Amino acid sequence: MAMSIDDKLGCNRFHPDDNYAHIEVNPDCTDTRMIERVVMACPAKLYAWENGKLRFNYEGCLECGTCRVLAGGNVIRSWNHPMGGMGVEFRMG
Amino acid sequence: MSEEKFDVIVVGAGLAGNTAAYLMAQAGLEVLVIERGETIGCKNVTGGRMYSHSLERIFPNFAEEAPVERKITKERVSFVTADGASTIEYASPGLGEQGKATYSILRSRFDPWLAGKAEEAGAMYITGIRVDEVLTQDGKVVGVRAGDEEMMADVVLLADGVNSLLAQQLGMKKELDPREVAVGVKEVIRLGEDVINDRFGTTSDEGTAWLFAGDVSGGNVGGGFLYTNKDTLSVGIVTTVGDIGHSDVPPRDMLERLKEHPVVKPLIAGGKLVEYAAHLVTEGGYNMLPELYRDGVLVAGDAAALVMNLGYTIRGMDLCIESGRLAAEAIIAAKEANDFSASSLSRYETALQNSFIMADLKHYRKMPAFIENHRLFEQYPAMLEELMSGLFMMYGQQPEKLMKKAMKAVKSAGGVWPLLRDVKNGLGAI
Repeated sequence: MAMSIDDKLGCNRFHPDDNYAHIEVNPDCTDTRMIERVVMACPAKLYAWENGKLRFNYEGCLECGTCRVLAGGNVIRSWNHPMGGMGVEFRMG
Repeated sequence: MSEEKFDVIVVGAGLAGNTAAYLMAQAGLEVLVIERGETIGCKNVTGGRMYSHSLERIFPNFAEEAPVERKITKERVSFVTADGASTIEYASPGLGEQGKATYSILRSRFDPWLAGKAEEAGAMYITGIRVDEVLTQDGKVVGVRAGDEEMMADVVLLADGVNSLLAQQLGMKKELDPREVAVGVKEVIRLGEDVINDRFGTTSDEGTAWLFAGDVSGGNVGGGFLYTNKDTLSVGIVTTVGDIGHSDVPPRDMLERLKEHPVVKPLIAGGKLVEYAAHLVTEGGYNMLPELYRDGVLVAGDAAALVMNLGYTIRGMDLCIESGRLAAEAIIAAKEANDFSASSLSRYETALQNSFIMADLKHYRKMPAFIENHRLFEQYPAMLEELMSGLFMMYGQQPEKLMKKAMKAVKSAGGVWPLLRDVKNGLGAI
């Protein structure tokens, strides 16, 4: 049985920042084709498209930038790096 | 600190930034390196293999002291279908020859070593600080801002990686085009040194690099990789961002397909996942280079898209190191002349043009377009499979001439002419 993405992320070290969402999605985005691609693209599976609603959680972000490149200015309203010292800490890399 | 002015501020402690910081500090410049990660290397990811030549030039025999994982002495390429694989292996002591060798590395181990060299040479590092803005005055870059703190310098070297928001902010770089950038998804799996030696038939210092084309990417443009580290394996996939959605396989599942493939599965069996990572890699090559310098600012490494797609593999770390070296040389010369204008810093671009970086990027400039051909990832691995099974499966069936078998395989892959055209284009791109 393959590990779930959540289990995989559980092997990583994160420094979650409760005060700052480094990625913000556009809740009014109606480009469903692009939303589906972003849901598919995120290696950390942080996006979900359920009952016409886009759900997103920035905790667990691997900071790759795939969503930004694919849908910046569209599904993704703003994308920045987390604050210094926050976010994922790769111990292997 | 806002009163103090540095000769150079380097943004990003990756390979380009650390190399440049070392050489500039060595030359007596006052260098400040600002890294957003809490520790050096903790935001950096590689697939796994570094070509050593450009670092050898700065630190001869570096592998004797640097934390490399294994020297690669075995190269494998597999063209895979859902459950079959046609594999080419090349093994030679020549692969490990001093100065030409390649090493598997893990960036969170390797990068602190290089930063340590720069620190010993006198460069100053601050970590856990995100640079928010590059400061300009009368059109010239004069420093950076992090939060409410401003830090000034004669030159800013942007080595802030593939998502270089700072180079974009300055307008030196366009937003990345999804067709020109790929995402790599990687697992580091712990197996233990002896198990790896046994399974890959190597000694503890030597290792295997293994690339996979075909079914792993689910028909998308992309492929898989496996590198042996000291006691872990780096196993992952790379796929073009613009191609996500071409098939219904998400990149994260491509990795599972690779791990489940009958050729890979027994090699990772019993392994324990220690890290799951993802990272972008530009692959547009020569056609997507940004502006490399302006008054008071230079861009190096991944931020400058200095990455090369060779079709069968993607190469970037040796280019990062070389661009860091050339940026350092340009800045040192600018300091001597006390002229940090664009025309003074333009020697960076001239040096890049005269280096292997631009020669190689130009040489492979047709490759990104060539590999967008889906036949490479769908039909041809299947064609090879058909050919191989025709050669090796004997079960009392009707004999068939090899030529006929081959033609049958070619036909099912789309016919002779498309194949010949792809071969010609492929050879032309290499």
